[in-house]
Amino acid sequence: MTRFRLLGSGLAVVLATAGPARARPLRAPAGMALVGPGSYSPLYPASPAERTVAVRAFLLDRKPVTNREFLSFVRAAPEWRRDGIKRVFADDGYLSQWATPDSLGPGVRPASPVTNVSWFAAKAYCAARSARLPTEREWELAARANESGPDGSGDAAWTARILEFYSQPATSPSLRDVGTSRPNFWGVYDLHGLVWEWIYDFGASLVSSDSRDKGAADPNVFCGAAGADSRDPADYASFMRIAFRSSLEASYTTNRLGFRCARDAQETP
Amino acid sequence: MSLHHTFSALGSGALALALGMVACSDPVEQTARRHQASSAPATAPKTPTYDVTSLPTGEPLVAQLTSPPNVPPPTNRTKPAKVIVNLAVKEVVLPMADGVQYAYWTFGGTVPGSFIRVRQGDLVEFHLHNDATNKMPHNIDLHAVTGPGGGAASSFTAPGHVSQFSFRALNPGLFIYHCATAPVPMHVANGMYGMILVEPPEGLPPVDHEYYVMEGEFYTKGKYHAPGLQPFDMEKGIEERPTYVVFNGAEGSLLGDRALKAYVGDTVRIFFGVGGPNLTSSFHVIGEVFDRVYQEGGSHFQENVQTTLVPAGGAAIAEFKVEVPGTYSLVDHSLFRAFNQGAVGALKVSGPEDVFLYSGKQEETASASEAVPAAKPDALVLAAAVTPSKLTKDEQIAAGKTLFAGTCAACHQPTGKGLPGSIPPLAGSDFLIKNEKERVIGIVLGGLTGQVKVNGNVFNSVMPPWGHLGDDDLANVLTYVFNSWGNDQGTVAPSEVARARRGAAGAGI
Repeated sequence: MTRFRLLGSGLAVVLATAGPARARPLRAPAGMALVGPGSYSPLYPASPAERTVAVRAFLLDRKPVTNREFLSFVRAAPEWRRDGIKRVFADDGYLSQWATPDSLGPGVRPASPVTNVSWFAAKAYCAARSARLPTEREWELAARANESGPDGSGDAAWTARILEFYSQPATSPSLRDVGTSRPNFWGVYDLHGLVWEWIYDFGASLVSSDSRDKGAADPNVFCGAAGADSRDPADYASFMRIAFRSSLEASYTTNRLGFRCARDAQETP
Repeated sequence: MSLHHTFSALGSGALALALGMVACSDPVEQTARRHQASSAPATAPKTPTYDVTSLPTGEPLVAQLTSPPNVPPPTNRTKPAKVIVNLAVKEVVLPMADGVQYAYWTFGGTVPGSFIRVRQGDLVEFHLHNDATNKMPHNIDLHAVTGPGGGAASSFTAPGHVSQFSFRALNPGLFIYHCATAPVPMHVANGMYGMILVEPPEGLPPVDHEYYVMEGEFYTKGKYHAPGLQPFDMEKGIEERPTYVVFNGAEGSLLGDRALKAYVGDTVRIFFGVGGPNLTSSFHVIGEVFDRVYQEGGSHFQENVQTTLVPAGGAAIAEFKVEVPGTYSLVDHSLFRAFNQGAVGALKVSGPEDVFLYSGKQEETASASEAVPAAKPDALVLAAAVTPSKLTKDEQIAAGKTLFAGTCAACHQPTGKGLPGSIPPLAGSDFLIKNEKERVIGIVLGGLTGQVKVNGNVFNSVMPPWGHLGDDDLANVLTYVFNSWGNDQGTVAPSEVARARRGAAGAGI
């Protein structure tokens, strides 16, 4: 794969993988990065044939959605305000960190990631931007890259840093601003080290595509045998992500769960 | 050690525990259990005092939970009841040793988690709360539960949510509970374990003191006693190379003012468990003999035990009478753990001495062999008098850099840029330039809480005090900060730190 980045322009130009003869440049709009195509090995392969899954090139927000951005969204779409949303779409914690239903208040940083949003709300936000939530495969492919390459899984220092983030307490009341860390190989910020993120198919992390039907999937997350079926029982960060996603329902909100949007990559001539 | 066998009646009670399951078992299992019983000491089996085919009647009770080393009072009930347990998972930063902090994941805010006490036959309605401030999903596997996962799948809970499930306390005994969310060893290694006692119908014999002690090991990035907030080290965990092996979650949690206490003549019962995640404990109380140990927390006891082996994920009940005053050390008799990793607690026994039980030292005379020369005291005095050689500025910076990376960089970042909104920068900081060197040293020694303005931005966080570090260490780390990332503010000498320390003491800080 060949890859060029036009720094400072907000655009990324990439040549697709098919070889020089059929290469077509793909453009990423401002704020989004072109990720992939690529492949990775999921922690729990869906079947022996899928030990490696291929992921098409896609567009992903460089940064998680911020409080400021989500505030503009609920101002334009009052049915997603915390005092307007239907309970079935979000639990009691929805946007509870904001001072009022349509203002952040002094305790919330506008440029820090929005959290306490449900899957429904995240999905609606992305739809309003003509985008969607990334799939698990897309998110995992993007998150596998360290600063220097598309696959950081062999980089012990990098994986240790991710794990340290998970073992840091969540006691600080305010999250730092998005985009203040170093971008990864794809030009994406904060996939690790800031917040958990919703994905489109969060309930399919293990087996079922129905988030209400987790009975068959859950045993993998709990018992001591969890390590036995997995690709790498030392990949604690992936275990934690899968466990976290498995604990969710689509209406759930938590203090450290945000999201970003994705879009199919449109090939332009 | 007990002088008299005052508890001989206990044998029959313990046997009844073994048979308590009969009423709810199928015929095949009943036969097996009867067979087991017939090989036990010959005492008439008691009739089970409860029936699990019917639900407990009466108003539900809310279980009283206690923090270690305390144990809730006996249930003192003649019948099973419906018991409601509310247990909250909290991720908290607490001291692991002097100057060392750790981000513990806990059941109830303590390690080990809250002690739960119910009675055999109770219907336990369990509510697991996962605090909204937590980062992780959690659940609970209680070894007292008969049912898939010990309740793990039914109690799996996202942050800010509550799960409820119910179970019947079928088997009496002392059981541990733990979080079973992947990666399970990390959740347990962060402190997610505790104990539940299921009393047999006749209860436990009364004693003067009941205590709750659990052993667990911790795997930290830094070495034993390396200061600061220490992250979990997965590699050490996988290699089973713990940094700390401690009782009740932290070094010293059962020492000094927090030692267990008893009076001469008292009976003591220790509910002892091992959270692990990996190690098996050789639990021993130095200078005592356990009169009775319910090994593995089960229904039968062994008598006159010196050291009892408690597996990871297992428990034991140790009972003994204290006859001789003094301080008795609780240890894991795998002694490097006690001596070098923190596995020491204390039981202080007060009261009158009885020289017929223990005399104290009666005489010391020269041994027959004169081959061992006394150590020269001069050597010790000389060693203590040697002061470290004075470092050059570059040596100070190099030494300070290492300390900074392990201690300060977690918050101020390796770049010295801090974290926008929460941690002020040290690189190019006008705060460092504007303030006297003495004030900066004072902040490092005593910490800083409240608003500060740095480079036009207001920060309102807490910096812990670092006064437990030596004068040399603090001088080096400040010299490093004063000469890094474009800063150019000279050096700090150990004597200046010492002076600031004395000044702070004089000012009553």
